[in-house]
Order: sequence, then C-alpha cells, then structure tokens
Amino acid sequence: MIKTDICIIGAGPVGLFAVFEAGLLKMRCHLIDVLPQIGGQLSEIYPHKPIYDIPGYPTIKAQELIDRQMEQIEPFKPTFTLGERVESLQQQADGSYHVLGSEGTVIHCQVIVIAGGLGCFEPRKPDLINLALYEKSNVHYMVKDPERFRDQRIVIAGGGDSALDWTIYLTDIAREVTLVHRSDSFRGAPDSAEKVYHLAQEGKINLLLSHNLVSLGGNGHLEHIQLTNKQKEAIVVPTDHFIPLYGLSPKLGPIAEWGLNIDKNAIEVDTFDYSTNIERIYAIGDINTYPGKLKLILCGYHEAALMCQSAFKYVYPDQKLSFKYTTVNGVNAF
Amino acid sequence: MENTINITIEDRNGTIQTVEVPTDINLSLMEILKASEYNILATCGGMALCATCHIQILEGIDMLPEASDQELDMLDTLPDSDSDSRLACQLHLSDEHNGLRLKIRGALQ
Repeated sequence: MIKTDICIIGAGPVGLFAVFEAGLLKMRCHLIDVLPQIGGQLSEIYPHKPIYDIPGYPTIKAQELIDRQMEQIEPFKPTFTLGERVESLQQQADGSYHVLGSEGTVIHCQVIVIAGGLGCFEPRKPDLINLALYEKSNVHYMVKDPERFRDQRIVIAGGGDSALDWTIYLTDIAREVTLVHRSDSFRGAPDSAEKVYHLAQEGKINLLLSHNLVSLGGNGHLEHIQLTNKQKEAIVVPTDHFIPLYGLSPKLGPIAEWGLNIDKNAIEVDTFDYSTNIERIYAIGDINTYPGKLKLILCGYHEAALMCQSAFKYVYPDQKLSFKYTTVNGVNAF
Repeated sequence: MENTINITIEDRNGTIQTVEVPTDINLSLMEILKASEYNILATCGGMALCATCHIQILEGIDMLPEASDQELDMLDTLPDSDSDSRLACQLHLSDEHNGLRLKIRGALQ
C-alpha cells in the first residue's frame, strides 16, 4: 500500500501545482492518473500548442509548462501511479481514505484532491435498441485482441480512422466483415478510405454506406443486427459480434458514483476552500464548478493554493497553520 | 441593427425560437448558445474534443467557414453526425450569417 498525506487524482497542471502548495505546508502528495504519462490534456492532446495566459510567460508551449512544473515540484518528491484509473474510495474508521485503482493499487491518504480535468475518456456509444443486452458478451467498443474475431462474423460501425483501420486489419482475420457508416463517404484518412473501397469492390468486405443502426437481435447471444438503408428499408445482417467505433468522449466515469454533488458533469465545490460536499475530498481545476467558474489553468492554480490551506487541518490536526511567503521562507525541500 | 444578426434555433424537443446575436463580441456559437440558456454540456470548453456542442445546420451551411481537420475528425466519430453537422464551439458568427437556422444535437451525458 502507498501511504501519503494527499492523494491527487489527475496529474495535469493543476494537480502538479497542488503538490507545490502542499509541499510548502509540509504535506506529501501521491498522484494517480489514467493516462500513461504526466501532464493531463496538455501532454496528451496539445503538447505543442502555445498557452498565452500563464503569468510570467508571454507564451509557453503546453509540454514546456508541464516540464517546468515538474522542475518546480521536484523538491517535494511527489510519487506517481500512471495508467491507472481510480475506481472507488473507502473511508477508514479514523477518517482517512483508501483510494482504490483499477489495477489493484491502494493509496492510503488523509485527504483526496480530485484534479481530474475532463475526467476519463470513454468510448462513445451509438443509440441502438438492445445494445445493453449484448454489451457484456458480443459488443466491443475497442479491439483489444484481434484474434478473438478469427473466423467470426463481425459488423463494425463508424466512419472515423479507427473504424477504417480495424476494418482493413480484421478483413484477413474474421470470416465476414461488414462496415456500416451513416454518411455516404469517409472524410478522414483518404488512404484508409481508398483501401476500404477497394476491399468492398473485391468483395472481401460488405460496405454499407448511408445506413443507420436500428437494433441488435438474437436469442441470448447476438445473432443479427438490423439497419435501415437510404430508402429507409429494413436490412438484417447476421453477425456474431458488433464493434461500434465512435471515438472517445470525456466522461466523469467512476467519480460520478462517489456521492459527490454533480452539476453537468462537474463537481460542485465551496469557493471558500474548494471542498466538495464530502469532508476531506476537494475538487480543483476543470473538473469543478461554482458560480462564475472559468476553466483556466490559472484559476486551477489559485484553487490549489486555497485547497491546501484547508486540507492542512486533516494532515496535521494538532498544528496551527501559519501562512508564510516563499520570498521570506524559501522552498524547503523534503 | 449593426453588429447583430438573427439566427433561428431548434432545441432537442423541437422548440423553435429566433435569437438576436451580437457579432462584435469574440464568442463562439457554443458560448452564445450557452449564454442563451440552451442546455449544452461543452465538457471540453471549446477545444473540439467532446462534441457535446454538435449542431445540425438547417439553413446557411454554405455561408459558414469550412471545418478544420480536427473538427471533421471529431464529427466523423459521432454516431449521429451527417454532412450538415458542425461543432458550435468551432464557429464564430459574423454579419453574413444572418438568418442561419440550426438544430441542437449534442449529447447531454
């Protein structure tokens, strides 16, 4: 078990800055993030984009900001669990918490800080009758093990790069491949689209453009998918598996199940100290909401500073907090 | 009036209303729709990542600037997008867009 004072969920810029503010108050931090690397959206989505509203930097690239923040918190020796999603929180008899990760990691802490940004990216689900019925067995939102589809009949749905790429890849593995797309053409990746058209011409796949998904059917296990064509006529395609590939969309994920007050996918907090409705749990950065909320990195930093002043009482219940400037005291490493 | 246009918005439930929109402020159409009390999640805050501001253009699509690759990539991943789909967060309206008609399509979860 990992032991720390504060467990920070999310290793983006705001989570990282919370390590600094906590460190000034002698509180140790462990960060856990579902992404395989530090930096959150900044490193994952826009590492090369310039940011213009960080004080002191007229312009700074997103990844460079993360690198500099890592340098800034180095004295406080934060520890990390990466590539693991937090599934649940368990409060202990003494008020402290166990944070449980999807891969079995357990983090014991006095305070939990949710700095989860957009949340986790989860597969987007199509609107289709009986989807939930076959979700556990024959519906796959991602292809983890292509061999699973060897000699099987599959229907892939979607028009993006991953739908095209997997169609091409699985043609040699599956017995029968059908690709269903709502539109009459593919806009992305012209090379992949060309290959898919070619496979359809050769009769190696069944390409259904301008078709809409209607329902899944079967008797306990999936047997067919029903579609409508451009003329709104019903079409039935026998299949063993349905693979909808509609990309990922940011969702709160397990966080929504922890009893926190949620408004429009964001966690409600008190602006006094960015505490949630549950004692010892705080939320800072893009994942929280309050009247006048601005989703700015800058605002998240401010929230981190106030949060730490409040969290101190749980980590050091017998000590009085005295506020000190870094210009007076410097940064005292652990 | 100068620097304002009228656009017609159909909500998810079919309610239609015409909204006066200023064109001299630097807001995206997503922000304008939110300011007009339409229920749009806009989880990603306007970075073309979540597609919860998905709209269907009913009239005036030719007047709009072409979608960027990033917007098209995101639209392609949606189960319910079509050739008249756009992301409101990527659109900034100007005077020539007077009379635009659109329908709100973005997911609410």
